[in-house]
Amino acid sequence: MKGGFRVDRPGVLTLLQDAGRFGYHRLGLTTGGPADPLAFNWANRLCGNDPGMTALEVTIGGLQLECRAATIFALCGADMPLTINGQPKESWRSHRVKSGDRVVLGYAHRGMRAYLAVADGFNISATFGSTATVIREGVGGLSGNPLQAGDRLPCADISDRQCLSLGRGYRPVYGGRVILRVVSGYQSTLIANDQQQRFFASEYRLLSQSDRMASRLAGPPIDIDIPDLLSEGICLGAIQIPPDGLPIILMHDRQTIGGYPKLGSVISLDMSQLTQLKPGGLVSFKSVTMAEARRIRLAADRMYRQLKPEVCD
Amino acid sequence: MKVVPASENALIIYFDQVVSADTSARVRQATAVLETALVDVLIDLVPSYASLLVIFDLSRIDAATFEQQITELLDVAPTASDSVGKLVELPVYYSMESGPDLAEISRAKKVSVEEVIALHQSREYLVYAIGFAPGFAYLGEVDSRIVMPRLDTPRTSVPRGSVGIAGRQTAVYPADSPGGWNLIGLCPERMFDPLSEPGMPIRVGDRVRFFSISRETFLARGGRLA
Repeated sequence: MKGGFRVDRPGVLTLLQDAGRFGYHRLGLTTGGPADPLAFNWANRLCGNDPGMTALEVTIGGLQLECRAATIFALCGADMPLTINGQPKESWRSHRVKSGDRVVLGYAHRGMRAYLAVADGFNISATFGSTATVIREGVGGLSGNPLQAGDRLPCADISDRQCLSLGRGYRPVYGGRVILRVVSGYQSTLIANDQQQRFFASEYRLLSQSDRMASRLAGPPIDIDIPDLLSEGICLGAIQIPPDGLPIILMHDRQTIGGYPKLGSVISLDMSQLTQLKPGGLVSFKSVTMAEARRIRLAADRMYRQLKPEVCD
Repeated sequence: MKVVPASENALIIYFDQVVSADTSARVRQATAVLETALVDVLIDLVPSYASLLVIFDLSRIDAATFEQQITELLDVAPTASDSVGKLVELPVYYSMESGPDLAEISRAKKVSVEEVIALHQSREYLVYAIGFAPGFAYLGEVDSRIVMPRLDTPRTSVPRGSVGIAGRQTAVYPADSPGGWNLIGLCPERMFDPLSEPGMPIRVGDRVRFFSISRETFLARGGRLA
Protein backbone atom coordinates (compact mmCIF):
# COMPACT_ATOMS: atom_id res chain seq x y z
CA MET A 1 0.00 0.00 0.00
CA LYS A 2 1.12 3.53 -0.77
CA GLY A 3 0.14 6.52 1.33
CA GLY A 4 -2.41 7.06 4.05
CA PHE A 5 -2.63 5.05 7.25
CA ARG A 6 -2.97 1.34 7.94
CA VAL A 7 -5.14 0.12 10.81
CA ASP A 8 -3.14 -2.23 13.04
CA ARG A 9 -5.79 -2.39 15.76
CA PRO A 10 -9.23 -0.81 15.34
CA GLY A 11 -9.91 -0.23 19.04
CA VAL A 12 -13.29 -0.66 20.70
CA LEU A 13 -15.29 1.17 18.03
CA THR A 14 -13.75 3.47 15.44
CA LEU A 15 -15.89 5.01 12.71
CA LEU A 16 -15.16 7.23 9.73
CA GLN A 17 -17.37 10.30 10.02
CA ASP A 18 -17.90 13.54 8.15
CA ALA A 19 -20.40 16.22 9.20
CA GLY A 20 -23.32 13.86 8.54
CA ARG A 21 -25.84 12.82 5.91
CA PHE A 22 -28.49 15.41 5.11
CA GLY A 23 -31.45 15.37 2.73
CA TYR A 24 -32.07 11.61 2.88
CA HIS A 25 -34.43 11.32 5.83
CA ARG A 26 -37.18 10.64 3.30
CA LEU A 27 -35.55 7.31 2.44
CA GLY A 28 -35.31 6.51 6.13
CA LEU A 29 -31.59 7.27 6.33
CA THR A 30 -30.44 8.85 9.56
CA THR A 31 -27.86 11.67 9.76
CA GLY A 32 -24.95 9.89 11.43
CA GLY A 33 -21.96 12.23 11.73
CA PRO A 34 -19.82 13.01 14.78
CA ALA A 35 -21.53 12.43 18.12
CA ASP A 36 -19.49 15.38 19.44
CA PRO A 37 -19.39 17.94 16.61
CA LEU A 38 -17.40 20.42 18.71
CA ALA A 39 -14.40 18.10 19.16
CA PHE A 40 -14.74 16.90 15.56
CA ASN A 41 -14.67 20.49 14.26
CA TRP A 42 -11.59 21.32 16.30
CA ALA A 43 -9.75 18.22 15.07
CA ASN A 44 -10.30 19.36 11.48
CA ARG A 45 -9.51 22.97 12.24
CA LEU A 46 -6.20 22.11 13.94
CA CYS A 47 -5.21 20.35 10.70
CA GLY A 48 -6.02 23.48 8.70
CA ASN A 49 -8.99 21.70 7.07
CA ASP A 50 -12.26 23.00 5.78
CA PRO A 51 -15.12 22.09 8.11
CA GLY A 52 -16.65 18.62 7.87
CA MET A 53 -13.77 16.68 6.33
CA THR A 54 -13.75 12.93 6.96
CA ALA A 55 -12.08 12.01 10.27
CA LEU A 56 -12.12 9.11 12.73
CA GLU A 57 -14.44 8.93 15.71
CA VAL A 58 -12.69 6.76 18.27
CA THR A 59 -15.00 5.50 21.03
CA ILE A 60 -13.32 4.54 24.34
CA GLY A 61 -9.94 4.03 22.60
CA GLY A 62 -7.48 1.29 21.70
CA LEU A 63 -6.76 2.42 18.13
CA GLN A 64 -3.34 1.71 16.60
CA LEU A 65 -2.35 3.09 13.21
CA GLU A 66 0.75 2.83 11.07
CA CYS A 67 1.47 5.93 9.07
CA ARG A 68 2.39 5.59 5.38
CA ALA A 69 2.20 9.29 4.58
CA ALA A 70 3.98 12.51 5.47
CA THR A 71 1.25 14.66 6.95
CA ILE A 72 -0.12 16.21 10.12
CA PHE A 73 -2.94 14.87 12.28
CA ALA A 74 -4.81 16.16 15.33
CA LEU A 75 -6.63 14.42 18.16
CA CYS A 76 -9.45 16.23 20.01
CA GLY A 77 -12.18 15.19 22.42
CA ALA A 78 -11.99 12.49 25.07
CA ASP A 79 -8.76 12.32 27.01
CA MET A 80 -7.08 9.26 25.41
CA PRO A 81 -3.36 8.84 26.02
CA LEU A 82 -1.66 9.41 22.65
CA THR A 83 1.78 8.21 21.65
CA ILE A 84 3.76 8.50 18.43
CA ASN A 85 6.49 5.84 18.27
CA GLY A 86 6.03 5.34 22.00
CA GLN A 87 6.53 9.02 22.87
CA PRO A 88 3.61 10.62 24.76
CA LYS A 89 1.98 13.48 22.84
CA GLU A 90 -0.62 16.06 23.64
CA SER A 91 -4.26 16.10 22.48
CA TRP A 92 -5.96 19.24 21.15
CA ARG A 93 -3.05 19.96 18.84
CA SER A 94 -1.74 18.68 15.54
CA HIS A 95 1.39 16.57 15.14
CA ARG A 96 3.68 15.93 12.22
CA VAL A 97 4.14 12.30 11.16
CA LYS A 98 6.05 10.47 8.44
CA SER A 99 5.88 7.07 6.84
CA GLY A 100 6.64 4.29 9.33
CA ASP A 101 5.45 6.21 12.41
CA ARG A 102 3.16 4.35 14.79
CA VAL A 103 0.23 6.26 16.30
CA VAL A 104 -1.30 4.60 19.37
CA LEU A 105 -4.32 5.68 21.42
CA GLY A 106 -4.89 4.31 24.91
CA TYR A 107 -8.22 4.20 26.69
CA ALA A 108 -10.08 7.37 27.66
CA HIS A 109 -9.57 8.67 31.19
CA ARG A 110 -12.23 11.34 30.75
CA GLY A 111 -14.87 11.51 28.05
CA MET A 112 -15.96 8.76 25.65
CA ARG A 113 -15.07 9.82 22.11
CA ALA A 114 -12.04 11.37 20.45
CA TYR A 115 -11.65 12.58 16.87
CA LEU A 116 -8.55 11.98 14.81
CA ALA A 117 -8.35 14.21 11.73
CA VAL A 118 -5.61 14.42 9.09
CA ALA A 119 -4.67 17.25 6.73
CA ASP A 120 -7.31 17.39 3.96
CA GLY A 121 -9.23 14.50 5.53
CA PHE A 122 -9.32 10.79 4.80
CA ASN A 123 -10.08 10.18 1.16
CA ILE A 124 -13.21 8.00 1.32
CA SER A 125 -15.98 7.91 -1.27
CA ALA A 126 -19.37 9.18 -0.15
CA THR A 127 -22.60 7.18 -0.16
CA PHE A 128 -25.82 9.20 -0.23
CA GLY A 129 -23.78 12.37 -0.14
CA SER A 130 -21.73 11.57 2.95
CA THR A 131 -18.97 9.36 4.32
CA ALA A 132 -20.66 9.15 7.76
CA THR A 133 -20.67 5.52 8.90
CA VAL A 134 -23.99 4.17 10.16
CA ILE A 135 -23.41 0.49 10.93
CA ARG A 136 -27.11 -0.33 11.31
CA GLU A 137 -27.84 1.00 7.81
CA GLY A 138 -24.72 -0.36 6.16
CA VAL A 139 -23.83 3.03 4.69
CA GLY A 140 -20.79 5.29 4.77
CA GLY A 141 -17.20 4.63 5.81
CA LEU A 142 -15.72 1.43 4.39
CA SER A 143 -18.84 -0.55 3.28
CA GLY A 144 -20.76 0.66 6.33
CA ASN A 145 -18.43 -1.10 8.77
CA PRO A 146 -16.41 0.10 11.74
CA LEU A 147 -12.64 0.04 11.16
CA GLN A 148 -11.06 -3.39 11.11
CA ALA A 149 -7.44 -4.47 11.42
CA GLY A 150 -5.76 -4.22 8.02
CA ASP A 151 -8.05 -1.46 6.70
CA ARG A 152 -6.36 1.23 4.67
CA LEU A 153 -7.24 4.86 5.20
CA PRO A 154 -6.02 6.87 2.21
CA CYS A 155 -5.02 10.49 2.63
CA ALA A 156 -2.80 13.00 0.84
CA ASP A 157 0.88 13.70 1.55
CA ILE A 158 0.95 17.23 2.93
CA SER A 159 4.15 18.68 4.33
CA ASP A 160 3.61 22.42 4.10
CA ARG A 161 1.09 22.88 6.92
CA GLN A 162 1.85 24.35 10.30
CA CYS A 163 0.89 22.45 13.41
CA LEU A 164 -1.75 24.20 15.52
CA SER A 165 -2.85 23.97 19.13
CA LEU A 166 -5.96 25.06 21.03
CA GLY A 167 -5.12 26.96 24.23
CA ARG A 168 -5.58 24.86 27.36
CA GLY A 169 -8.14 27.20 28.85
CA TYR A 170 -10.47 26.67 25.89
CA ARG A 171 -10.56 22.88 25.88
CA PRO A 172 -13.77 21.28 27.10
CA VAL A 173 -13.62 19.44 30.41
CA TYR A 174 -15.55 16.17 30.65
CA GLY A 175 -16.84 15.32 34.11
CA GLY A 176 -19.23 12.79 35.59
CA ARG A 177 -22.29 15.03 35.56
CA VAL A 178 -24.05 17.08 32.88
CA ILE A 179 -26.90 19.57 32.96
CA LEU A 180 -28.70 19.46 29.63
CA ARG A 181 -30.69 22.46 28.47
CA VAL A 182 -34.05 21.54 26.94
CA VAL A 183 -36.55 23.38 24.74
CA SER A 184 -40.14 22.25 25.16
CA GLY A 185 -41.70 20.79 22.06
CA TYR A 186 -43.64 17.99 20.41
CA GLN A 187 -46.22 16.65 22.93
CA SER A 188 -44.99 18.74 25.91
CA THR A 189 -48.31 20.57 26.27
CA LEU A 190 -50.03 17.21 26.77
CA ILE A 191 -47.77 16.24 29.69
CA ALA A 192 -49.09 17.20 33.13
CA ASN A 193 -47.30 20.04 34.96
CA ASP A 194 -46.36 17.93 37.97
CA GLN A 195 -44.71 15.37 35.68
CA GLN A 196 -42.77 18.09 33.85
CA GLN A 197 -41.62 19.44 37.22
CA ARG A 198 -40.58 15.93 38.21
CA PHE A 199 -38.54 15.63 35.00
CA PHE A 200 -36.72 18.93 35.49
CA ALA A 201 -36.17 18.39 39.24
CA SER A 202 -34.82 14.83 38.99
CA GLU A 203 -31.39 13.40 38.44
CA TYR A 204 -30.90 10.46 36.08
CA ARG A 205 -28.08 8.01 35.54
CA LEU A 206 -26.77 7.20 32.06
CA LEU A 207 -27.17 3.50 31.33
CA SER A 208 -24.52 1.40 29.61
CA GLN A 209 -27.04 0.41 26.89
CA SER A 210 -26.56 3.93 25.48
CA ASP A 211 -25.00 4.20 22.05
CA ARG A 212 -24.87 6.44 18.97
CA MET A 213 -28.61 5.86 18.46
CA ALA A 214 -29.92 6.76 21.88
CA SER A 215 -28.92 7.65 25.42
CA ARG A 216 -30.94 5.67 27.93
CA LEU A 217 -31.49 6.90 31.47
CA ALA A 218 -32.46 5.40 34.82
CA GLY A 219 -34.22 7.47 37.47
CA PRO A 220 -37.66 8.69 38.45
CA PRO A 221 -40.15 7.64 35.76
CA ILE A 222 -42.34 10.28 34.13
CA ASP A 223 -45.98 9.34 34.13
CA ILE A 224 -47.73 10.39 30.97
CA ASP A 225 -51.10 9.52 29.63
CA ILE A 226 -51.07 10.21 25.92
CA PRO A 227 -53.07 8.05 23.53
CA ASP A 228 -51.24 6.26 20.72
CA LEU A 229 -49.39 8.63 18.43
CA LEU A 230 -48.98 8.29 14.71
CA SER A 231 -45.29 7.79 13.96
CA GLU A 232 -43.65 11.15 13.28
CA GLY A 233 -40.22 12.63 12.47
CA ILE A 234 -37.63 12.60 15.27
CA CYS A 235 -34.99 15.31 15.49
CA LEU A 236 -31.57 15.29 17.17
CA GLY A 237 -31.85 15.54 20.94
CA ALA A 238 -35.55 14.61 21.10
CA ILE A 239 -36.52 13.28 24.54
CA GLN A 240 -38.85 10.29 24.22
CA ILE A 241 -40.94 9.03 27.11
CA PRO A 242 -41.82 5.35 26.45
CA PRO A 243 -44.44 3.50 28.52
CA ASP A 244 -41.97 2.73 31.34
CA GLY A 245 -41.53 6.49 31.86
CA LEU A 246 -37.73 6.48 31.58
CA PRO A 247 -36.50 9.22 29.22
CA ILE A 248 -34.56 8.26 26.08
CA ILE A 249 -32.55 10.96 24.29
CA LEU A 250 -32.22 10.42 20.54
CA MET A 251 -28.69 10.82 19.19
CA HIS A 252 -27.06 11.11 15.75
CA ASP A 253 -27.90 7.56 14.59
CA ARG A 254 -31.54 7.78 15.74
CA GLN A 255 -34.37 6.17 13.76
CA THR A 256 -35.98 8.82 11.50
CA ILE A 257 -39.57 8.30 12.67
CA GLY A 258 -41.16 6.86 15.76
CA GLY A 259 -44.34 6.87 17.78
CA TYR A 260 -43.38 7.49 21.42
CA PRO A 261 -44.42 10.81 22.99
CA LYS A 262 -41.67 13.42 23.31
CA LEU A 263 -41.51 16.34 25.72
CA GLY A 264 -38.96 18.43 23.83
CA SER A 265 -35.33 18.32 22.80
CA VAL A 266 -31.88 18.84 24.29
CA ILE A 267 -30.12 21.80 22.64
CA SER A 268 -27.42 20.89 20.13
CA LEU A 269 -24.53 22.38 22.11
CA ASP A 270 -25.30 20.17 25.12
CA MET A 271 -25.47 17.01 23.00
CA SER A 272 -21.66 17.16 22.81
CA GLN A 273 -21.49 17.04 26.63
CA LEU A 274 -23.97 14.15 26.80
CA THR A 275 -22.07 12.10 24.24
CA GLN A 276 -18.85 12.45 26.28
CA LEU A 277 -20.52 11.26 29.50
CA LYS A 278 -19.54 7.77 30.62
CA PRO A 279 -22.20 5.22 31.61
CA GLY A 280 -23.10 5.77 35.25
CA GLY A 281 -22.69 9.54 34.83
CA LEU A 282 -25.42 11.83 36.13
CA VAL A 283 -27.84 13.75 33.92
CA SER A 284 -30.23 16.52 34.86
CA PHE A 285 -32.27 18.93 32.77
CA LYS A 286 -32.90 22.67 32.67
CA SER A 287 -35.63 24.36 30.67
CA VAL A 288 -34.76 27.16 28.21
CA THR A 289 -36.91 29.08 25.73
CA MET A 290 -36.48 28.75 21.98
CA ALA A 291 -35.06 32.29 21.85
CA GLU A 292 -32.51 31.47 24.57
CA ALA A 293 -31.55 28.26 22.78
CA ARG A 294 -30.81 30.20 19.61
CA ARG A 295 -28.78 32.83 21.50
CA ILE A 296 -26.73 30.07 23.14
CA ARG A 297 -26.06 28.41 19.77
CA LEU A 298 -25.12 31.64 17.99
CA ALA A 299 -22.87 32.75 20.87
CA ALA A 300 -21.09 29.36 20.82
CA ASP A 301 -20.62 29.59 17.04
CA ARG A 302 -19.24 33.13 17.38
CA MET A 303 -16.82 32.06 20.11
CA TYR A 304 -15.63 29.14 17.98
CA ARG A 305 -14.94 31.48 15.07
CA GLN A 306 -13.17 34.07 17.21
CA LEU A 307 -10.89 31.60 18.96
CA LYS A 308 -7.57 31.45 17.15
CA PRO A 309 -5.45 28.33 17.51
CA GLU A 310 -1.75 28.88 18.21
CA VAL A 311 0.99 27.83 15.81
CA CYS A 312 3.10 25.22 17.60
CA ASP A 313 5.86 24.22 15.22
CA MET B 1 -52.87 22.50 10.53
CA LYS B 2 -50.74 23.24 13.59
CA VAL B 3 -47.04 24.15 13.79
CA VAL B 4 -45.28 23.04 16.99
CA PRO B 5 -41.61 23.38 18.04
CA ALA B 6 -39.61 20.15 18.05
CA SER B 7 -36.10 21.39 18.89
CA GLU B 8 -34.09 24.60 18.68
CA ASN B 9 -33.84 24.07 14.90
CA ALA B 10 -36.84 21.92 14.03
CA LEU B 11 -40.59 22.50 13.77
CA ILE B 12 -43.23 19.86 13.26
CA ILE B 13 -46.36 20.54 11.26
CA TYR B 14 -49.39 18.45 12.20
CA PHE B 15 -52.04 18.19 9.49
CA ASP B 16 -54.37 15.82 11.26
CA GLN B 17 -54.40 13.11 13.90
CA VAL B 18 -55.75 10.26 11.84
CA VAL B 19 -54.46 8.29 8.88
CA SER B 20 -56.12 9.05 5.56
CA ALA B 21 -55.16 9.26 1.91
CA ASP B 22 -56.21 12.92 1.93
CA THR B 23 -53.97 13.83 4.87
CA SER B 24 -51.12 11.92 3.26
CA ALA B 25 -51.59 14.00 0.09
CA ARG B 26 -51.47 17.21 2.14
CA VAL B 27 -48.19 16.10 3.75
CA ARG B 28 -46.68 15.41 0.31
CA GLN B 29 -47.94 18.71 -1.03
CA ALA B 30 -46.42 20.63 1.89
CA THR B 31 -43.14 18.73 1.49
CA ALA B 32 -42.95 19.77 -2.17
CA VAL B 33 -43.84 23.42 -1.45
CA LEU B 34 -41.38 23.85 1.43
CA GLU B 35 -38.44 22.12 -0.21
CA THR B 36 -38.67 24.49 -3.16
CA ALA B 37 -39.40 27.72 -1.27
CA LEU B 38 -37.07 27.27 1.71
CA VAL B 39 -34.06 25.69 0.06
CA ASP B 40 -31.68 28.29 1.58
CA VAL B 41 -32.51 27.45 5.18
CA LEU B 42 -33.63 23.82 5.05
CA ILE B 43 -31.47 20.99 6.39
CA ASP B 44 -33.91 18.09 5.98
CA LEU B 45 -37.57 17.12 5.92
CA VAL B 46 -39.25 14.07 7.46
CA PRO B 47 -42.74 13.48 6.09
CA SER B 48 -44.83 10.91 7.96
CA TYR B 49 -48.47 9.83 8.19
CA ALA B 50 -50.00 13.14 9.21
CA SER B 51 -47.04 15.35 10.04
CA LEU B 52 -43.96 16.92 8.51
CA LEU B 53 -40.81 17.56 10.54
CA VAL B 54 -38.88 20.53 9.16
CA ILE B 55 -35.22 20.85 10.22
CA PHE B 56 -33.63 24.23 9.49
CA ASP B 57 -30.33 26.07 9.75
CA LEU B 58 -30.45 27.98 13.02
CA SER B 59 -27.67 30.33 11.97
CA ARG B 60 -29.82 31.64 9.11
CA ILE B 61 -33.25 32.01 10.64
CA ASP B 62 -34.98 31.93 14.03
CA ALA B 63 -37.88 29.62 14.77
CA ALA B 64 -40.52 32.34 15.12
CA THR B 65 -39.74 33.88 11.72
CA PHE B 66 -39.46 30.46 10.15
CA GLU B 67 -42.81 29.38 11.55
CA GLN B 68 -44.41 32.50 10.10
CA GLN B 69 -42.88 31.77 6.68
CA ILE B 70 -44.11 28.18 6.78
CA THR B 71 -47.62 29.26 7.73
CA GLU B 72 -47.74 31.82 4.92
CA LEU B 73 -46.38 29.38 2.33
CA LEU B 74 -48.84 26.65 3.26
CA ASP B 75 -51.76 29.08 3.47
CA VAL B 76 -51.38 30.09 -0.16
CA ALA B 77 -50.41 26.62 -1.39
CA PRO B 78 -53.16 24.99 -3.42
CA THR B 79 -55.11 22.41 -1.45
CA ALA B 80 -53.85 18.91 -1.96
CA SER B 81 -54.54 17.73 -5.45
CA ASP B 82 -55.53 14.15 -6.04
CA SER B 83 -52.23 13.49 -7.78
CA VAL B 84 -51.12 9.95 -7.15
CA GLY B 85 -47.66 8.47 -7.23
CA LYS B 86 -46.53 5.66 -9.49
CA LEU B 87 -47.80 2.11 -9.13
CA VAL B 88 -45.14 -0.38 -8.03
CA GLU B 89 -45.90 -4.10 -8.19
CA LEU B 90 -44.00 -6.30 -5.79
CA PRO B 91 -43.72 -10.09 -6.08
CA VAL B 92 -44.20 -12.19 -2.94
CA TYR B 93 -43.59 -15.86 -2.28
CA TYR B 94 -46.41 -16.57 0.19
CA SER B 95 -46.08 -19.89 1.98
CA MET B 96 -45.83 -21.50 5.38
CA GLU B 97 -42.08 -21.77 4.76
CA SER B 98 -41.62 -18.07 3.95
CA GLY B 99 -44.46 -16.72 6.11
CA PRO B 100 -44.13 -18.18 9.63
CA ASP B 101 -47.18 -16.28 10.97
CA LEU B 102 -49.68 -17.29 8.25
CA ALA B 103 -51.02 -20.15 10.35
CA GLU B 104 -51.51 -17.93 13.40
CA ILE B 105 -53.32 -15.23 11.39
CA SER B 106 -55.55 -17.90 9.87
CA ARG B 107 -56.35 -19.27 13.34
CA ALA B 108 -56.85 -15.90 15.02
CA LYS B 109 -58.96 -14.38 12.24
CA LYS B 110 -60.83 -17.56 11.29
CA VAL B 111 -59.98 -17.30 7.62
CA SER B 112 -58.10 -19.87 5.59
CA VAL B 113 -54.42 -19.40 4.80
CA GLU B 114 -55.34 -19.11 1.11
CA GLU B 115 -57.76 -16.34 1.98
CA VAL B 116 -55.18 -14.43 4.05
CA ILE B 117 -52.88 -14.52 1.02
CA ALA B 118 -55.65 -13.50 -1.37
CA LEU B 119 -56.79 -10.63 0.86
CA HIS B 120 -53.27 -9.27 1.17
CA GLN B 121 -53.07 -9.06 -2.65
CA SER B 122 -56.58 -7.72 -3.08
CA ARG B 123 -55.76 -4.05 -2.55
CA GLU B 124 -53.61 -1.26 -3.77
CA TYR B 125 -51.70 0.21 -0.80
CA LEU B 126 -50.54 3.79 -0.35
CA VAL B 127 -46.97 4.48 0.82
CA TYR B 128 -47.72 6.63 3.89
CA ALA B 129 -44.24 6.96 5.28
CA ILE B 130 -40.70 5.68 4.92
CA GLY B 131 -38.58 5.45 8.00
CA PHE B 132 -37.59 3.49 11.07
CA ALA B 133 -34.89 2.01 8.84
CA PRO B 134 -33.73 2.90 5.30
CA GLY B 135 -36.28 1.74 2.77
CA PHE B 136 -38.85 0.62 5.35
CA ALA B 137 -42.14 1.75 3.73
CA TYR B 138 -45.32 1.84 5.79
CA LEU B 139 -48.15 0.71 3.48
CA GLY B 140 -51.82 0.94 4.25
CA GLU B 141 -54.37 -0.10 4.82
CA VAL B 142 -54.85 -3.86 4.93
CA ASP B 143 -58.27 -5.52 4.80
CA SER B 144 -59.84 -5.61 8.28
CA ARG B 145 -60.17 -9.39 8.02
CA ILE B 146 -56.35 -9.78 8.26
CA VAL B 147 -55.53 -6.97 10.73
CA MET B 148 -53.21 -8.39 13.41
CA PRO B 149 -51.53 -6.75 16.42
CA ARG B 150 -47.74 -6.79 16.64
CA LEU B 151 -46.21 -9.90 18.23
CA ASP B 152 -46.04 -9.78 22.03
CA THR B 153 -42.36 -10.57 21.81
CA PRO B 154 -40.60 -9.24 18.72
CA ARG B 155 -38.31 -11.63 16.86
CA THR B 156 -34.64 -10.86 17.34
CA SER B 157 -34.06 -11.44 13.64
CA VAL B 158 -36.41 -11.07 10.68
CA PRO B 159 -34.88 -11.89 7.28
CA ARG B 160 -34.57 -9.25 4.58
CA GLY B 161 -37.55 -9.30 2.20
CA SER B 162 -40.03 -10.50 4.83
CA VAL B 163 -43.54 -9.19 4.22
CA GLY B 164 -45.35 -8.38 7.45
CA ILE B 165 -48.62 -7.09 8.84
CA ALA B 166 -48.98 -4.90 11.96
CA GLY B 167 -52.38 -3.40 12.68
CA ARG B 168 -53.70 -1.96 9.43
CA GLN B 169 -50.18 -1.63 8.00
CA THR B 170 -48.09 -3.89 5.84
CA ALA B 171 -44.42 -3.60 4.88
CA VAL B 172 -41.42 -5.35 3.37
CA TYR B 173 -38.37 -5.54 5.66
CA PRO B 174 -35.54 -3.91 3.65
CA ALA B 175 -32.76 -5.58 5.65
CA ASP B 176 -32.27 -8.30 8.24
CA SER B 177 -33.41 -6.73 11.51
CA PRO B 178 -35.32 -7.37 14.71
CA GLY B 179 -39.06 -7.04 14.20
CA GLY B 180 -42.48 -7.64 15.67
CA TRP B 181 -44.69 -7.76 12.57
CA ASN B 182 -46.66 -10.88 11.53
CA LEU B 183 -44.77 -12.46 8.65
CA ILE B 184 -46.69 -13.84 5.67
CA GLY B 185 -44.17 -14.15 2.85
CA LEU B 186 -40.91 -13.08 1.26
CA CYS B 187 -40.28 -10.52 -1.50
CA PRO B 188 -37.14 -11.07 -3.61
CA GLU B 189 -36.78 -7.38 -4.58
CA ARG B 190 -34.25 -5.19 -2.82
CA MET B 191 -36.18 -2.46 -0.96
CA PHE B 192 -32.97 -0.63 -0.07
CA ASP B 193 -29.55 -0.86 -1.64
CA PRO B 194 -26.94 1.06 0.34
CA LEU B 195 -24.56 0.99 -2.62
CA SER B 196 -26.75 2.46 -5.34
CA GLU B 197 -28.64 5.72 -5.22
CA PRO B 198 -31.55 6.41 -5.17
CA GLY B 199 -31.39 3.23 -3.12
CA MET B 200 -35.05 2.24 -3.19
CA PRO B 201 -37.78 1.59 -5.75
CA ILE B 202 -40.62 3.51 -4.04
CA ARG B 203 -41.32 6.91 -2.52
CA VAL B 204 -43.92 8.32 -0.16
CA GLY B 205 -47.17 8.75 -2.13
CA ASP B 206 -46.54 5.83 -4.49
CA ARG B 207 -48.98 2.94 -4.63
CA VAL B 208 -48.00 -0.69 -4.12
CA ARG B 209 -49.71 -3.87 -5.19
CA PHE B 210 -48.45 -7.34 -4.25
CA PHE B 211 -48.67 -10.39 -6.49
CA SER B 212 -48.00 -14.04 -5.81
CA ILE B 213 -44.97 -15.90 -7.17
CA SER B 214 -43.87 -19.50 -6.82
CA ARG B 215 -40.94 -20.78 -4.82
CA GLU B 216 -39.03 -21.35 -8.09
CA THR B 217 -39.64 -17.79 -9.31
CA PHE B 218 -38.68 -16.42 -5.90
CA LEU B 219 -35.35 -18.25 -6.00
CA ALA B 220 -34.79 -17.38 -9.68
CA ARG B 221 -35.24 -13.70 -8.82
CA GLY B 222 -32.49 -13.91 -6.26
CA GLY B 223 -34.62 -14.54 -3.17
CA ARG B 224 -33.03 -16.34 -0.23
CA LEU B 225 -34.61 -18.83 2.12
CA ALA B 226 -33.19 -19.29 5.61
